[in-house]
Amino acid sequence: MKKTMIALAAAAAMASLTAGAQAQEKLKACWVYVGPIGDFGYSYQHDQGRLQVEKELGDKVETSYLENVPEGPDSDRAFERLAREGCKIIFGTSFGFMDSMVKVAAKFPDIKFEHATGYKKSDNLAIYNARFYEGRYILGQIAAKESKKGLAGYIVSFPIPEVVMGINSFMLGAQSVNPDFKIKIVWVNSWFDPGKEADAAKALFDQGADIIVQHTDSTAALQVAEERGLKGFGQSSDMAKFAPKAQMTAIVDDWAPYYLERVKAALDGSWKTSDTWGGIKDGEVVMSPYANMSDETKKMAEETEAKIKGGWNPFTGPVMKQDGSEFLKDGQVADDATLLGMNFYVKGVDDKLPQ
Amino acid sequence: MRIELIKRPQRSALFSVVSPFIALGLTVVVGAIMFALLGKNPVMALYYYFIDPLLEVWSWHELAIKAAPLILIGVGLAICFRSNNWNIGAEGQLIIGAIVGSIIPVMFPDFQTWLTLPLMLLMGIVGGAAYGAIPAFLKTRFNTNEILTSLMLVYVAQLVLDWVVRGPWRDPKGFNFPQTIQFSPAATLPEIMPMSGRANWGFVFAIVAALLLWFMLSRMLKGFEVRVLGQSPRAGRFAGFSSSRMVFFAFLISGGLAGLAGISEVSGAIGKLQPTISPGYGFTAIIVAFLGRLNPLGIIFSGLLLALTYLGGEAAQISLGVSDKVVRAFQGILLFFVLAADTLILYRIRLVRPVAKTMETAPSPAPVEVTHGNA
Repeated sequence: MKKTMIALAAAAAMASLTAGAQAQEKLKACWVYVGPIGDFGYSYQHDQGRLQVEKELGDKVETSYLENVPEGPDSDRAFERLAREGCKIIFGTSFGFMDSMVKVAAKFPDIKFEHATGYKKSDNLAIYNARFYEGRYILGQIAAKESKKGLAGYIVSFPIPEVVMGINSFMLGAQSVNPDFKIKIVWVNSWFDPGKEADAAKALFDQGADIIVQHTDSTAALQVAEERGLKGFGQSSDMAKFAPKAQMTAIVDDWAPYYLERVKAALDGSWKTSDTWGGIKDGEVVMSPYANMSDETKKMAEETEAKIKGGWNPFTGPVMKQDGSEFLKDGQVADDATLLGMNFYVKGVDDKLPQ
Repeated sequence: MRIELIKRPQRSALFSVVSPFIALGLTVVVGAIMFALLGKNPVMALYYYFIDPLLEVWSWHELAIKAAPLILIGVGLAICFRSNNWNIGAEGQLIIGAIVGSIIPVMFPDFQTWLTLPLMLLMGIVGGAAYGAIPAFLKTRFNTNEILTSLMLVYVAQLVLDWVVRGPWRDPKGFNFPQTIQFSPAATLPEIMPMSGRANWGFVFAIVAALLLWFMLSRMLKGFEVRVLGQSPRAGRFAGFSSSRMVFFAFLISGGLAGLAGISEVSGAIGKLQPTISPGYGFTAIIVAFLGRLNPLGIIFSGLLLALTYLGGEAAQISLGVSDKVVRAFQGILLFFVLAADTLILYRIRLVRPVAKTMETAPSPAPVEVTHGNA
């Protein structure tokens, strides 16, 4: 018995060695996700991008991933482990991985690192993000047009610039249709917590909102909307199959084009560090089919989408800050640095930014 | 038919020692079945789980990082459990220790001398111990159930941490992200051997604490007091030991060690406070304490073993694509078998058949009440 065990263990060790030898011909691309790939939202979409890479590049690449990785010492180890396992390009998909990636990237200068939604860059650490706020402007317009009460509930995670930017863009879109439009905001302090998200949605509906918007990753809020016969928007992923009657559209993150481009660049040796911030125009942000809304609203949404595709920025003046001071002059467009550090609301947001 | 547990008059000395290994063996077998059901090669899976992480030096360091808080908390809990105090709130004591220890680097970041780190560690211990004193006070003064109070205080501690990192202590330059400023090098627990990996002095603290507590338990009068009061409070009273002072002693020791684990983790491995600083070390340490048979030396090994399941879980995820949930399942199975094996050492199983009511009135020999046994 003992002998067989040893033999088996030895065989297993051999097998893993030979697997390692074969892998050297392929490029190993690896991903680290903050949530479970089964969230059907943010991490799920990144994983769809990974699968697309696997599909299109076939036997030139080998991919692997770690899901549900907590930010901190565990993410330090996750990146280091992948680096040591022979990954040649490693994507980290959460803002909170930033310090881990900076540390590990400095330690492994020959490996290429790619960090989503961060702002620290180095020779072997590129950053990438998507202009989700473009989609949020369209959501704002749809909400203002379709809401009977002029009130939307907004479920949000953390008060970081990314999220504040989304609230502001949504509000500007809504105000372009109905200047008196109101939102109620609930911070759930998590990217993925279906229980809390559902509770927040119920509370917001109880307070009179008839449309729900979320900057969290699960499908829970939309499912509450579906149960109550109210409306909402999907986040990160097309969630229509979870709420066929409630979802009006979703801001879908399509990471596949970016991942393909970067992995190909790593394959042919042309990879360089970069700072990519693509939007609707680049196909990184995709609006899922408009549904459950009037034809008039749909037409408006499509027109706005086309306008943004043509290069128009939702943050175009005149825009006032919440306190009434001027943010953008008439015709002035906010630059990227301002957007990426945004820590104030625009006029009309009835909430105090957690300080 | 029903099943009865009958206390054994004597414990088998042999099986007391062997049972953790039996439990581990059964866990491996069930784990292999689980992997097979998931469609993975069980031998490969177990290889990645238990062997792969041990093949490289850097991985040993990671093992030490992961094991340090488990051992520190585990040995403290051993004192508690041995003296019959059920502290389930080590996670909360860890968090409060981390917060109190972080007062210096967060509020006085310019205070950087050789004193900074020792002071931080001391404050971490004091913070954890003070938080552990709350259930101890409630138990001795109001006779509350310490399982409930210590557990509920975990949630309070988590919310306090959440509040400080989002509120008063939030890094003003951190883009509103809930975290404090990065600790200065003077406030960072150094690495033991920076050349080969990043394990920090927290692991040394864990080993020293385990050795000291082992010495106390086995060689000092205090250790005898712990054991006597745990096994028979009445006998303890006759010996002149105070059971309420023992409650405080156990909670202060385990709280202080959990606090030390917290500040070591924050200062050594994370380098700042953030909403989540522990993946449930305080709870996993309960498994560690029992797997180590509540013996500080045994806990060193069980702590390393549990740490290995975390690392192995990642290795299996990368190499075989199994879900990270398998780690939790593994730990749960392990605890189940450890407790089951323990139960069978103390009790034997008797099947009682429902017989015709008039028959068999002769009572089966009543289970002997054993006063000197382990309750």
